[in-house]
Amino acid sequence: MSILISPDTKIIVQGITGAFGAKHAQLSLDYGTKVVAGVTPGKGGQCFEHNGAKVPIYNSVADAAKATGATVSVIFVPPPFAGDAILECVDAGLDLAVAITEGIPIKDMVRVKRAMAGSKTRLVGPNCPGIVTPGTGKDSNGGCRIGIAPGYIHQKGHVGVVSRSGTLTYEAVFQLTSKGIGQSTSVGIGGDPVNGTSHLDVIKLFNADPDTHAIILIGEIGGNAEVEAARWIKAHCKKPVAGFIAGATAPAGRRMGHAGAIVGGAEDTAAAKIAVFKECGIEVAVTPSDMADALLRSAKAKGVTLS
Amino acid sequence: MNIHEYQAKALFEKFGVPAPKGAAAKSAAEFDAALASLPEGATMVKSQIHAGGRGKGTFTNGFKGGVKFCPTKAEAKEKAAAMLGNTLVTVQTGPAGRKVQTVYFTAASDIKKEYYLAILLDRVTSRPVIVASTEGGVEIEKVAHDSPEKIHKVIVDPAFGLADFQVRELIFALGLTGAEAKNAAKLIRNLYTMFWETDAAMVEVNPLITTPTGEVLALDAKVSFDDNALFRHPELVALRDLNEEDPKEIEAAKASLSYIALDGNIACLVNGAGLAMSTMDIIKYFGGSPANFLDVGGGASKEQVVAAFKIILGDPNVKGIFVNIFGGIMDCNVIALGIVEAVKEVGLKLPLVVRLEGNNVVAGKATLAQSGLALVNGDTMADAAQKIVKLVA
Repeated sequence: MSILISPDTKIIVQGITGAFGAKHAQLSLDYGTKVVAGVTPGKGGQCFEHNGAKVPIYNSVADAAKATGATVSVIFVPPPFAGDAILECVDAGLDLAVAITEGIPIKDMVRVKRAMAGSKTRLVGPNCPGIVTPGTGKDSNGGCRIGIAPGYIHQKGHVGVVSRSGTLTYEAVFQLTSKGIGQSTSVGIGGDPVNGTSHLDVIKLFNADPDTHAIILIGEIGGNAEVEAARWIKAHCKKPVAGFIAGATAPAGRRMGHAGAIVGGAEDTAAAKIAVFKECGIEVAVTPSDMADALLRSAKAKGVTLS
Repeated sequence: MNIHEYQAKALFEKFGVPAPKGAAAKSAAEFDAALASLPEGATMVKSQIHAGGRGKGTFTNGFKGGVKFCPTKAEAKEKAAAMLGNTLVTVQTGPAGRKVQTVYFTAASDIKKEYYLAILLDRVTSRPVIVASTEGGVEIEKVAHDSPEKIHKVIVDPAFGLADFQVRELIFALGLTGAEAKNAAKLIRNLYTMFWETDAAMVEVNPLITTPTGEVLALDAKVSFDDNALFRHPELVALRDLNEEDPKEIEAAKASLSYIALDGNIACLVNGAGLAMSTMDIIKYFGGSPANFLDVGGGASKEQVVAAFKIILGDPNVKGIFVNIFGGIMDCNVIALGIVEAVKEVGLKLPLVVRLEGNNVVAGKATLAQSGLALVNGDTMADAAQKIVKLVA
């Protein structure tokens, strides 16, 4: 098992004819992911071809979902149109929309999030690397790769990884795989201040997933999402959890690449978040190189075997 | 993107947010015309820089105060001349200070009481929040810490906008009645409209004042916009003042790099914002001090790496360089080729530690090895960080 997506999940790619969307649709097909449809308004009826695979293109998400039975869409649409692309997934009744797009106006996301309240569609992102549920083949092929993460660094296993940052997620996954520890699912929730799925949402899913035995929680300065997740872990999660917070050296008031990574008050500094992690029984990685080792320490303390 | 107070006040006027009458001047020759447009009597002179704490700031020439009350226009002209073209140091500018290139004259107001009003994004609810307090004209962080009950918040539902009952809630919280209540309600509604329609990231009025005649005025204005939304506001982009930005950051933005200068001596070149932040952290952890944040992004080209090297080497404090790349999809060999080319072009004399990992890493490491460059390889982030810290020590 895994969370959010499995190797059987059928995927739509919105923006499949753009350079970025096309490249990652190809990489997902190579990974063995069931990319069953593309959406580019005005190009319906055409085909996206790659290594013998023919992916039909539709004018709308609703058409694509109806024709293929896809339940998940990944969005590579440019920022001015990405909010609308997410709403289209909601309208089509998809289970999950994963928005990779970086640079969506905050107001657009405020409106999208309001419009999604009460809908059945879950949003992951935007400005995120996506989700990977590794497969059993060589370099973890045969899994489900949604987004832009490198598939080959993964290995099928039982550790759940959740992070705002792409490269830090890869760093954690790579450390785990290098030690022979596989992952159930790796989720990048994105670095924007307004996003769909929170750290806590993912932690709850990992906690409920019998196939996830331990969790790495990676956060950043800014906001209180990591603190909220940590307090819930303290109350409800018995699985080993390791945590890391990036941005201890970031100056206050400066935005560090991610729109959400900015220290506004006393509560959202790295030091404050790390203190809460410790108080909640989360094993803190002292450096980003220490993430897998921190999880091993936590697992050992709880008598859980990971590999 | 931040704008100056005088620009924010012009937007206030457009959206019907009352403020004291004002006029800006960019040269001494403009002083008379600017002052002539204001009513006779007491005048405020305000240095226009993108930093707070102006009133308590000191100019590098010794002149005290970046905001001055002047009983007469003649005195206002004199004070403006002392500010314009000089460098103002405040708690927010850092020791280098900022050169004042514009002064703003406003009619001085009779203040009955000072309040605080701001609109920004509430991250917990993902909705706009209006923050109001009876404690204006002081540091709001201090009020929030010492007496949180004096901070009132109203969360706005973006589907319906600011509701009348919410405006009343704020008015009652501020203790306003009669004409003041009526005027404040209008001001709050208009300020919210401005916040929403301009894609503002933050609108802050501190202080908001009442006058003995029942007026409610925005005495100061701090406004910033969501950079992601600037594409739909060309009129706001025109307000950008490059004098207020670090030239190296502007140069970086041109090459699609995200760069922020810090005060340490180890330059970093990293892909990904999260990894870039934690690279700074790990340098500090092992006793070093990062000179910058630099994210080359997920798909950096050779040209970008060259541009990045030039930018970080433009900082005279830099004593060593740490390149930390986790090439997920990005080809490590592209980065390696970029490093070799950059070093050839700029003639590197500083220690360089490179940690490459990920896609096509073997070819990348071979490229670096064959280049004959005097660089040090790091295996993990921790290993590389310790090496560069030792090399610059």
